[in-house]
Order: sequence, then structure tokens, then C-alpha cells
Amino acid sequence: MPATASAVLDALGDPTRRSILERLADGPLAVGALAERLPVSRPAVSQHLRVLKDAELVAESAVGTRRLYRLDPTGIEAVRAYLDRFWATTLDNFAALAEAEARRDPRPPDDDRRRPDRPPPEGEHP
Amino acid sequence: MSTESAAEIAVRRSVSVPLDPARAFALFTTRISEFWGEHSIGESPMAAVVIEPRAGGRWFERGTDGTETPWGRVAVWEPPGRLVLVWQIGFDWAYDPALETEVEIDFEEQGPGRTRLVLVHRHVERYGEHTASMRALFESPDAWAATLDRYAALAG
Repeated sequence: MPATASAVLDALGDPTRRSILERLADGPLAVGALAERLPVSRPAVSQHLRVLKDAELVAESAVGTRRLYRLDPTGIEAVRAYLDRFWATTLDNFAALAEAEARRDPRPPDDDRRRPDRPPPEGEHP
Repeated sequence: MSTESAAEIAVRRSVSVPLDPARAFALFTTRISEFWGEHSIGESPMAAVVIEPRAGGRWFERGTDGTETPWGRVAVWEPPGRLVLVWQIGFDWAYDPALETEVEIDFEEQGPGRTRLVLVHRHVERYGEHTASMRALFESPDAWAATLDRYAALAG
């Protein structure tokens, strides 16, 4: 099941977790290597990694006895879903405006000559 | 048949409106402020959304104080059938000149006085590349916190 947009946003809302993602953007790292690069304890890094995993922003893999963490694009799917809703709303708003516009000015689409307010063509004046 | 690569993520939506393509295209491009909603990224409240009517034109938001915040640019301007906008709003809902996603809008005539508008937002995967746009937001945590709050509110 894809992560929800709010889980992704919650996960990204913490500066330490953003720092972890920044470190992982350069390549997979073990928890110890992450802790060395950050001003927080190893248990704290583990806790943040759990939140990032739950948001599917980070994935874990076992390499021998070590666990490596890397960026996971799945969380981005939540953003895709968000954009999908965003465009649905925007296009619904556009359709409502278009319908109002069509009611306001119901121009015959295929034969403008039937418009009663249209002046006769030039050259037809007596 | 799709011409997309497997790694490409796109969002597609369509809607049918009771206007011919020329009027639908004009309405979309000149009155975008009226249907865009509240999705402002500028520092002052949004007064208008402007799409300059030519290829290479700017796509920007004008605030009530007159400041202009870029959103991207016009890549293709082919009334009444096709409009392609480059959308350069990052994962943090801020303008990022290094990020280019593409919004193509096709206006297809469905019959007299009716148009189907098909919108495809392409290269959504670029939000996930954790490159310039992500780094930019990591480097400005205060700005990020504010935009995140707004983003979360929008996402509901």
C-alpha cells in the first residue's frame, strides 16, 4: 500500500530526517555511518529511519550482516496521488467556469449567421 | 500505445466542457486566476495567474503587492488545440529553475460546441530525484517549515 501524502509530509517535517535523506542521496549507508555524519545518537538515527521507512521514503536491505538504507521512490507515489487530486479539483473548477461561460454567452458553435444581434454583412446595405 | 519510459510518472485528468476548442483554450489561458483556487506560492496573496500568450512566454503569479513569482514557462502555444506549460514548482512548493515538469493540455473537439480537455502532468518522477529541489529545501529549513505547513494543508 502506498504511503499517504500526509505520512510523507510528516516524515519530511523533521530536520534530522531531512538530513538523513540528504546523506542517503549520495548513496546507501548503514545506520552507524549515518550516525557518524549526524549530530545525533545511533538509537535516534534508528528511530528516524523507522519513520522514513514507514513513509516509504527510505528502504532497507541486508548486505551480509549489515543493514543498508537507501532512498525509496515509493513515497513519491503519494505526491503523485496528491497531484492527481490537485489537477482533478482544478479541472472541475475550470469546467464549472466553462459551463457558466456557455450559459452567459450561448454562441451557436456551427452557425454564427443565425445570431439575431449580428449586423448584416458589408455590401448588403440598400 | 504509450511512448513513456517505464521510469516516467505522469498524472492524467480530463474534463468535458460545453465550449468549442477556441473558447475553451481562451478561457483556460486568460482566466486561469478564476479556477486556480488558492494554490499560491508567492509571499503576498495571489492577485492573478498569468500565462503569456506565446511559446517562450512566462507563467507566473502576481501578488497583491505587485510582486511576480515565476511558476514556469510556455513551451508550446498552439491555439486552439494544444498548450504545453513547463511547471517548475518543487516538492517544497517553491519555484526551482533546475526542476522541469511538463503540463500538456490538449483541447479536443467532441462535437459542435463541446471540447474535451486532456491534461497530462509529466515527469512527476523528477520530484523524487532528490537533487536540486530537495537539496534546496534541506538548505532552507525555515522556509521549508512554512511551505510544508501549507503543502500539508493543501494535501488535506
